[in-house]
Formats: sequence, structure tokens, C-alpha cells
Amino acid sequence: MELLAYILVDGLIYGAWLFIVSVGLTLVFGVLNILNLAHGSLYAIGAYAAASAVGAYFALGGDAFPLGSYVAMIGGAAIVALVLGPLLERGLLRHFYDRDHVIIVLVTYGVFLILEDVMKLIWGVTPLFVSEPYSLLGNVELGPLYYVAYDFLVIAVAILVGLVVWFTLNRTRRGKVVLAVIHDREMSQTMGVNVDRVFMVSFVAGVFLAALGGALTAPMISVSPGIGVNVIIIAFAVVIIGGLGSIEGAAIGAVFVGIARAASVHLLPEAELFIIYLVMAGVLVFRPEGLFQKTQARKI
Amino acid sequence: MSKNPWRRFAGKAGSGLIAAAAMLGIAGIGASKAEDTFKIGVVTFLSGGAAESFGVPAWNGGKLLIDMLNKGGVLPAPYDKKGFGGMMIDAIPVDEAGGATKQVQEFRNLVQREKVDTVLGYVSSGDCLAIPPVADELKAFTILYDCGTPRVFEEGSYEYVFRTAAHAAMDNISLAKYMKSRGIKVETFAGINQDYAWGQDSWADFVASMSNLSPDAKAGTALFPKIFAGQYGTEISALIRERADVVHSSLWGGDLQAFVLQAGPRGLFERSQVAFAAGDHVIPQLGNKMPDGTIIGARGMNGLAAKAHATELTNILWEAYEKEYGTFPVQAPFRMWQGILGLKSAVEKAMEANGGKKPSDEELAAAMKGLEWEAPSGKIQMVLGDGHQAIQPNAIGTTKWDTATNKMTLIDIEYYAAECVNPPNGIKAVDWIKAGFPGAKCD
Amino acid sequence: MSFARSVPVACVLALAVLVAIGLMLPEWAMFLTTMAFAKGMVALGIVCLMRAGLVSFGQGLYFCIGAYVSGLMANWTGITDIFLLSALGIVAAAIVAAVFGPLLATYRGIFFAMLTLSLSMILYGFLSKLSVLGGTDGLNVMAPTFLGYAPEGRALGLALYVFTCTIVVVAGGLIRVFFDSEHGLIALAIRDNELRVEYLGASVRNEIAISYVMAAILGSLGGVIAGLAIGHVDPEFSYWTTSGEFVFVAILSGYVSIGAVFISSVVLEVVRSFSNLYFPNTWQLSLGIFLLVVILLLPNGLGSLLSRLKRKKRSS
Repeated sequence: MELLAYILVDGLIYGAWLFIVSVGLTLVFGVLNILNLAHGSLYAIGAYAAASAVGAYFALGGDAFPLGSYVAMIGGAAIVALVLGPLLERGLLRHFYDRDHVIIVLVTYGVFLILEDVMKLIWGVTPLFVSEPYSLLGNVELGPLYYVAYDFLVIAVAILVGLVVWFTLNRTRRGKVVLAVIHDREMSQTMGVNVDRVFMVSFVAGVFLAALGGALTAPMISVSPGIGVNVIIIAFAVVIIGGLGSIEGAAIGAVFVGIARAASVHLLPEAELFIIYLVMAGVLVFRPEGLFQKTQARKI
Repeated sequence: MSKNPWRRFAGKAGSGLIAAAAMLGIAGIGASKAEDTFKIGVVTFLSGGAAESFGVPAWNGGKLLIDMLNKGGVLPAPYDKKGFGGMMIDAIPVDEAGGATKQVQEFRNLVQREKVDTVLGYVSSGDCLAIPPVADELKAFTILYDCGTPRVFEEGSYEYVFRTAAHAAMDNISLAKYMKSRGIKVETFAGINQDYAWGQDSWADFVASMSNLSPDAKAGTALFPKIFAGQYGTEISALIRERADVVHSSLWGGDLQAFVLQAGPRGLFERSQVAFAAGDHVIPQLGNKMPDGTIIGARGMNGLAAKAHATELTNILWEAYEKEYGTFPVQAPFRMWQGILGLKSAVEKAMEANGGKKPSDEELAAAMKGLEWEAPSGKIQMVLGDGHQAIQPNAIGTTKWDTATNKMTLIDIEYYAAECVNPPNGIKAVDWIKAGFPGAKCD
Repeated sequence: MSFARSVPVACVLALAVLVAIGLMLPEWAMFLTTMAFAKGMVALGIVCLMRAGLVSFGQGLYFCIGAYVSGLMANWTGITDIFLLSALGIVAAAIVAAVFGPLLATYRGIFFAMLTLSLSMILYGFLSKLSVLGGTDGLNVMAPTFLGYAPEGRALGLALYVFTCTIVVVAGGLIRVFFDSEHGLIALAIRDNELRVEYLGASVRNEIAISYVMAAILGSLGGVIAGLAIGHVDPEFSYWTTSGEFVFVAILSGYVSIGAVFISSVVLEVVRSFSNLYFPNTWQLSLGIFLLVVILLLPNGLGSLLSRLKRKKRSS
């Protein structure tokens, strides 16, 4: 029973993190139909930016009000989104929309290669540490186990992000416009929707979510080269399990993978490397297009 | 466009010819072997996850030492001669990222196109396994300076390949010895190691050593997170729940830093004695976030343990490194130094034998075989694999933050002679551990 | 000249030219070309699928199967004959592809790409776990023999190069014949509109499954050659970045010309090799920029450039 509780808590914490790092990927795919291989690099840049921002915050006398470092983290992610989002979408991706899907995937692969080195040129290889925000909220005692309160903050942020994205898409006018574009790009254009703008805003939002994932992770890790590479694969797995382009799917997929992984670590540690692919293969066998993918009409 | 396939093939052949001609042109660029310079291709991680902890500090240390040698007279004898036996050293760095396939290709390019005299490199065990057959095929003198897998010379034998650092078995043998000699209570022990050859081997070596030295200790959970996972919340829960007396780990680099940052606040270090087999290299970055009382190895008498045992050679390099890079040298530069100094000794020994000419690959291999030399990390002896694989002394210590100087120090350091923690020639490390370390010379 | 006769003639000519070039090349360039051709074989497989409008992001799966099957056979049974090993590689790949092909043939676009990717990643995880097969470090492979001939040093490099060229030319010729055959043309039609193809009475699933098996065989052959040439195989062969490179070569070359596939592959190897040496700290950056520039400037791949040049020559 106790074990079950740990698996649940550990799984939810990890699942929350997974959701934050993968929701941007699925959003960009849903709206722009782009599978962004550079998503992991954007995550890494978000981590670097947040680390720099928090470092600057404390250097400028933030000690008096340490909670402000959370604002600095989010600010770092926002800056990344506002700079890189338009730059990549307007400057690069836009030129490939009329080309094959796969070409765009390859373009983002090129972006991934470039960003990996650009990060090294900007921040060097010395790792950055900003663990202050991690310990700021203290510990939570759960039976014999300690958790860091920050872990639960991540869960809260994940829920918030999920709700905001869902609410914006389904309950606001702008969101419904986005849904219209997802459903039929050409038709919305003829109805007077500014598809260009929808694309750009959605892409910037996707970049922001990737960077936010990195920013939230930064205090728990040493921010150093190469942290983004693995995130891409994990995020892919979650998004594929949930169904490409589906926000609800990403949430369910993330929790699913999180709990499966926690169960494996506690009960059968040998299987940890496999578990994510096993879940993915299992889901794909029964639901070939993911848990939440709607079947698409074929056009003649 | 013509539907005639012949035309397409003619086109293909024509453009193939152009491409080939271009490549022949490029081939002309490749430098020829000069007599007054000694060219080394240095292959190490300049990008990816292992760059920050191993590749870049190693290359930083390498650059520093090569500059000193090229200036001449900076280091004490026998390293006071300029360059390698009077020849200037010219080093070309190459990035090790990209996997063994790519490295084999780059190795050929270094030897055949760039005409380097020696390739010195390789941190990844996979690369260290893939390179030696090619080196022998090309008859190219090659030094593996860092990687840990014992498989290189236990499963194969190579004429032109040498490894100037001890393999990984000694790290975990020393840890087990340390537990015993310091009287640390180990009724149960758990492990967290990365899920690839390095982590799997480290855990297996540690378990075997423990079952030999402390047969009552019981091995518990062995966790194997994916390499570069970065998130250890679940693993930490499992370890805390387990309540083992000792937690063993061979994590390194960013993974180790993340693990310490996440495990610290959750009280793992208070509940279990944590031991990091290769942990010294994260001390400069983590500072006082590395908890006191953690047992730490450095894959040799490197870093802080070497400083506590310093010779003049160590001090010169240590101070120069600190001055240049603003942080003290950890294990990676030490291994680079012992590789370069070993190469220097071999070149000069070979030149003594051949009358002062630039030595050939065969002469270098003959000189390197069974060589012994002094390095900042102690005496290096090419003993294993019939004189191709080094053994070296090791040291294990416990962390203690010094509040007066705001620096991390190592206390209770125990030093292990090379013959005490390395198998003798001809016996595999795993078998040696299982047999109860026959022939170990410990003082 | 009829198709049936002209293709063999062209093949013999191409082989003669390639071997003549090989004799002139320095050793490192010969090895580079061998590797580029091996990878080009995999990319050629992707081109087969591309003609039907599909892209596989997991051809590393077959590249890896070929490499491991031949490597393990050589190490376990002592069979080192390259012809036999290639045949085994083909059989293994064909069996695996025959299982997955019909399943994958129902997927399109990004789902096809991602499913193939996850298959290759499952193999990667599996091989990383098996310490019997060397785990993540992989294992070394013995040098191949050629029908009893066991060369060493430069002769080995040359023999491998000639073998590779032969395979490339034969496979290239066969694929050319296939492309121009009824099946090959149906594949092109699927790319344009698969519903119409079905209404015309052809089975889209069958066509795709056939292309997939062919791609698998080509990929496996590439893997056999690469594994034997390097002398080492590891799970990285099946990693997604490896597959990504094959896709890059396929896109770089376009789906029209077969020769372009191998030329693109050589170009990529040369660019990578030199940028790695001359920009050790920023080689990924240079490779990424090269990639973007190529996609931007050559929308239909290198093949389109070749045919454009030819057209210009004729009109002038």
C-alpha cells in the first residue's frame, strides 16, 4: 500500500515534468503540422536562459526577496520564446510550408544541430548551477519519504499549463480560430482567418512551453551541453502515445509513462530503459495513431 | 529529360569523376611528415554530455602541458627537454562526439590524410574498443588515454595500441577496500549506475569486490537509469525506501551533479553512506552542495588526492592550471597529462635507441611496451596486456567542506599501490576479483 | 537501345569508372567512399519509399540488422565470406521487413515516419541491454574474406571498395529497372494520389509493402558493408540520429536519379569529415548550415540539379 503511494507520487511528479516538456511539441504539431526536432534544444536554451536570469537576479540583490527568482525563471523562458520563436518561424520555417512534411522535419533537424553549437558559443561548456529556487520552498514529509516542495510546484505548473492551453483553445474566440486552422487550413483562410498570425503565435507558444520546461528543470540539474538531446526522444514518446497534436493525449500519455516508469524503478529496475518504448509499442498496437488521435478523412 | 537510362548513368559516372577529382585535389592538402615537429591528433569530447566533465578539462590540461613542453625547461627532469626530444609538438584537437563509426573514419583520416605521428585520445569505451583493430591494420601508434573498459586488452591484443590509464576495475576494488579498512558499516548496499557498459561493469565489479572483502554485506536494489536522464526523483525515492547502509554509484558529469542536487534536499546522504566511484570531477562545480562525508574516488590518484601527495611536477602543473582556468584540475587533465608524459618518455627512449632520428611507429611501440614513468598522478607502469595496459596507484577519500577557506577538501584519504588494486598480467580483472585478489601487493 | 540491354551496359561502364577512380584514390578517401556508398545504399532504400510518398525515419533498424547479423555470424560461426554474409544480411532483413511491412503499409506521413523510428529505437534499447552482444560498447568484427581471398592492409580496403562498387552498381541497375517498371510507376502514382491508384485497381498496400521490403534489403546490405569496413558494430547503428542522416542523404539527392543518391552521400561524408577536423568546436553548426542551405537552394535535391545541367547543355 505504502509502495503504491510512492509509485503514484513519483509517477505524478515525473509525469508532470513530462507533460510540460512535451505539450509544446504536440501544440506545434497540431497547429502547424511540424514535428519539431529542435524542441529539445529549445528546452535546453530555456534552461540556460533561466539559469542566467536567476543568476542575474541574485547578483542584483535578489536575496532580499528570493521568491522573485521564480519570476526570473519564467522571464528567461519568455525571452527565449519572444526572440527565437519569431526568428525561427518567420525567418526559416515559413519558407517550407508548401514543401513536404519530411523536409520540414529535416529543417528542424538542421536547426537542432545549429542550436547545439550556438548554445556552446554563448554559454560555454562550464555548467551553470541555480539550485536556490529548488530548495526555497522547503521539504514535504510524506510518511518516511521526504519530497522537495518544488516537485509539487512542478505538478501545479503542469496542471496550470494544461488548463490554460485547454481553456484558450476551447473557450476563447482566438482559440476557436486556432482550432479552425487545425481542422482545415485552407478553408479558414478563405473565411478570413489570418493563418500566418495563428501560425506564428502558436509556434511562439510552443517555444515558450519548451523553454518553460527547461526553465523549471534548471534548478534541479547542472545546466550543461547535451541536456536537450534526450528530452526530444522522451517528448516524442509521450506525444506519440497520446496522439500527435492532442493536448489531452499528451497529459494522459505523460501520466501514463510517468507511473509506468515509477512502477518499473520501484518493482523491476532492470526494465527501466525499456519501459517507455514498451508502453509506446503497446499503445500503438492497439491504437495505431495514439490514444487521442482522431481518424482523418482521406481527400481525393 | 531523357528517358534513356544510359544517359543517366553516363551523367552519374561523369559527376562521380568530378567528385573523385575534387577529393584527389583535397588529398594534396594533407600535410607531409615533417622531421622537426611531432604531430598528435588529440581526440576527446568537445561537445555533448561528456565535454564539460572529461573532454574539455582534459584538452585544457593538454594544451597547457604541450605549451610548457614546447617552451622547454619549465618542468623538472626528466621532462625538462624541449618538446619531444627537441621536436616541437603540434596537436590537432578532434571532437569525439558522434559514435564509434564516425571515430573509426576520423581515425583513418588523421593517420592517412593528416599524417599525424600519434593519435592520443578516446574517452568513450565504445570508441576504445573500435579503434585498436584499425590502428593495428594501419600500423599506427595509438594511445588510449582515458576510457575505462577492461575489455580492450582482456579480449584482444594489439601491437600498436597502448592505454596509459588504468582500467575501471581498480576504482571499485579500492572503494570496497576503503569500506572495510575505514570500518564503515555495510550490512546492505544499493547502487545507482547508468544503463550502459560503464555503469553495468562498475556495479558488477563493486558487488564482486564486496562479496569477497565483506561477505556478510548484502547487495540490494541496483538501479540503472538511462544515461543523461537528468531526473532522479523516482530513483531517489526507491533508494530512500530501501535504507541501505551504503549507496554505490559510478554516475559522472551532469548526471552526477543532478543526482547530488536532487538527492541532497531529500535526505539521502543522511540516511545512507554514499560512495561515488568517479566523483571527484564534480567538486569544483558543486562546491559545498556536495555533502560532507561522501566517499569519493577519482579513477586514480588524481585531483585533490594528488595535491595532498604532490611532487614538484604536480605543483607546477596544478598552479598553472588554476591560474589559467580559475579552477583546480580534476581527474581528466591528470589522465591527459600522464598520457602526454608517457608519450614523451616513449619518444625520447626510442630516439636514444635509434640515434636521435624521429622514431617510426614500430620504434615507438617497442619503446612504449612495459615503460614506466612518473606522472602527477604517481608512477605509471605499462604492465597488463603484455606491456600495453597501464596500472597506476589509486586513492579514495571523504569530502569535508572547509569553512575557513571555503573550499572542498578530502579527508581520511587512503592510498592504494598499483599492484594492490590492479590484477597481475594475464588474468582478467573479473576473475581476479572473484578469486580473492591472488598476488595483490598491498603495503 | 532497349532498356534491358542498355542498363547492363551502363552498369559495366559505371563499375569500370568507379574502380578506375578507386585505384587513384588515397586510402582514406577510398575508405570514405566505401562508407559513403554503404550509407548511400540505405538512402537508396529511403528513395524507394519516397517515390511512394513515404519517408522512413528508422532505416537504422535494417542498417543495424545487417551489421549485427554479419558481425555475429563472423564471430560465432567463423563465416567471413562477404558474399555469404551479405546474403545472410539480406535474408534477415527480408524476414523482419516481411513481418513489419504489411503492418506499416497502412500508415502514412508522419505516422509512418514515427513508427519506423520507434521500431529502430526498440532495437537500440534491446541491443544496449544485451551484454552478451557487448551492450552499448558493441563488438569488434573480423575482416571479411572474398571467396577464399583474404587480403590485408591496402588490398583489403581496395577489395572492399570494389565489392561495394559492384553491389552499388548492381543494386542501382536493378532499382533503375524497377523504377521504370509497372510497379515502380505505380509507386509514383501513389505519391500523387493513392485513392486514384486504388480506383484503377492496384493495391496500394502491396506496393508500399514491396517498396518497404526492398528498402530493408538495401539498408541491410549497407549495414553489412559498413560493419565489415569499420570492423566494429554497436547499437548506435540503430539510433535515431543515424537514421536521420540517411533521410538527409535521400532528401539531398531527390527521388529522380539513382546516381545522385551516391554522390550526395559522398558529398555529405566529405563535408562532415572536413568540418569535423577544421572546426572541431562548431562542426555541428557548419553541418546544420550546410543542410539548410542545400534544402533551400535545391528544392528537389541534387538529382534535379544534375538534370537541370543536362537540359541546359542540350538547349545551348
